[in-house]
Amino acid sequence: MSPDPRFPRDSAELPKPRPERTPTSAPFWDALDAEQVRIQRCDACGAWVHYPRNRCPHCLSDRLAWHDVSGHGKVLTFTVARQPTARPFADEVPQLLAVIELDEGVRMTTTLVGVEPDEITVGMPVVPVFDHGTDGVTLLRFSPE
Amino acid sequence: MGLRGDAAVVGIAEYAPERHFAGEAKFTLEQWADLAALALDDAGIPASAVDGIVCANDVRESNMFLPATIAEYCGFAVDFAERVDLGGASAVGMVWRAAVAVELGICDVVVGALTARPVPEPPEPVPVDPRVMYGASSNLWGSPQAEFEIPYGNIAQNAGYAMIAQRYGAQFGYDPRATAKIAVDQRTNALANPAAIFHDQPITVDDVLDSRMIADPLHLLEIVMPCVGGGAFVVAGREHARRARERNAFVAGFGEHLTHKTHTYMPDLTSSPVGPAARQAFAMAGIGPSDVDVAELYDCYTITVLLSIEDSGFCAKGDGMRFVRDHDLTYAGDFPVNTHGGQLGFGQPGVAGGLSQVLEGVRQVRGDAGAHQVPGCDTAYVSGTGGIMSEQSALVLVAA
Repeated sequence: MSPDPRFPRDSAELPKPRPERTPTSAPFWDALDAEQVRIQRCDACGAWVHYPRNRCPHCLSDRLAWHDVSGHGKVLTFTVARQPTARPFADEVPQLLAVIELDEGVRMTTTLVGVEPDEITVGMPVVPVFDHGTDGVTLLRFSPE
Repeated sequence: MGLRGDAAVVGIAEYAPERHFAGEAKFTLEQWADLAALALDDAGIPASAVDGIVCANDVRESNMFLPATIAEYCGFAVDFAERVDLGGASAVGMVWRAAVAVELGICDVVVGALTARPVPEPPEPVPVDPRVMYGASSNLWGSPQAEFEIPYGNIAQNAGYAMIAQRYGAQFGYDPRATAKIAVDQRTNALANPAAIFHDQPITVDDVLDSRMIADPLHLLEIVMPCVGGGAFVVAGREHARRARERNAFVAGFGEHLTHKTHTYMPDLTSSPVGPAARQAFAMAGIGPSDVDVAELYDCYTITVLLSIEDSGFCAKGDGMRFVRDHDLTYAGDFPVNTHGGQLGFGQPGVAGGLSQVLEGVRQVRGDAGAHQVPGCDTAYVSGTGGIMSEQSALVLVAA
């Protein structure tokens, strides 16, 4: 009998967490499904915004519009997690966690693929990789340009 | 702006941290009452005089209405009731709020406690709450972390602080022997503190660098050891302080600053929020960093100490590695840091870990820190850090 997910004996029994789109964020996830990076820009102050919000974190305007972008950027920082950051990620060790700064200036959390741990550098140019899951969710990962 | 410096930490209590708790498990409410009683004893103030309480998120038996629950349980009738939600910065946040309440005349005697000992096992399994199943990262639908951080494995603290350290290295250069020295000097302090969990285990820079890499560039010995414990404090005005003892630690200045929850969105990954907090605290106290006799800097990781030294103003930005190499950070040194061993040497009893720095600052200013006392300590600077440099706080304690 599989364990009741509400009563895991420990976090090893938790399924790998997956994002669940919200009414506000759906355009971002829908675009990833179609292999497109789409982010918000504020029509009031011109700032690019990520993650998706209902109001701009620069001026609090609600005039946010979606724009398709290249998804190109660079590694702002990274780490090689040699001990899992949480038990459901034990199969991904070493985890190549990174913060990417897109050309538009917004940042996002990701993991790097198609690169060896010792090849990663701060400032390295990266391009998007669309990781389509069997559950219908596409995660946005990045690899060296 | 600021305080007159008329409120003091007049009573303290602290359980020695333990890695393997052998005592009786008690509910956190029971632990709160025990710790409050001990701190009131230290202050020589009767429980009936308590008219203010400040708590944090550690009380597990209830999710809301915590101050009312604690007041009822302990039998306090209070005119000031606060709950502080600042992670490892909570302790500093609790103390300054208490001092402000006393100076404003809202109340006379404020008690605060942070519990971190095991609680009894429930008779039936309790469902896992998605808001805490990944620690500080909420996995509840609609939480930004549930959607944009947790699915990538950006969870817990190690990776976040490692990414801050990695960025620091790219901008200013990284000296692993300097960051290791932070852990070593603090361990030297722990060796002089019988309460520290590592009081009997000296380490060298090579030991730190030879310890397992957890998340590059952070080694195991640069990361706090979780343990159990707890502590409490009593803040009151000059009359109570005078009756309690000759020399007390008065709250002369404070500050706190927050900009982000996840480090991904930290405005500048190498400029930490303690900067504005420290500037406010020093300005309020009417002193500068060079007037500080001991610095009790929140130290979940060595990189936290390094950035706190720079951003609190003890040296210039980018000069921290040299500063650490050039100074002796032990209690016997020329720039004493984390004289109780820091959480790296003392242990991190959950959210009470940040309180260990406050209480050590109080002991140093009182002059009763024992073997690790810094002679002639009149001024202590204390910092607090929550999350991944998500919230930071600063406190200046002066003797009077």
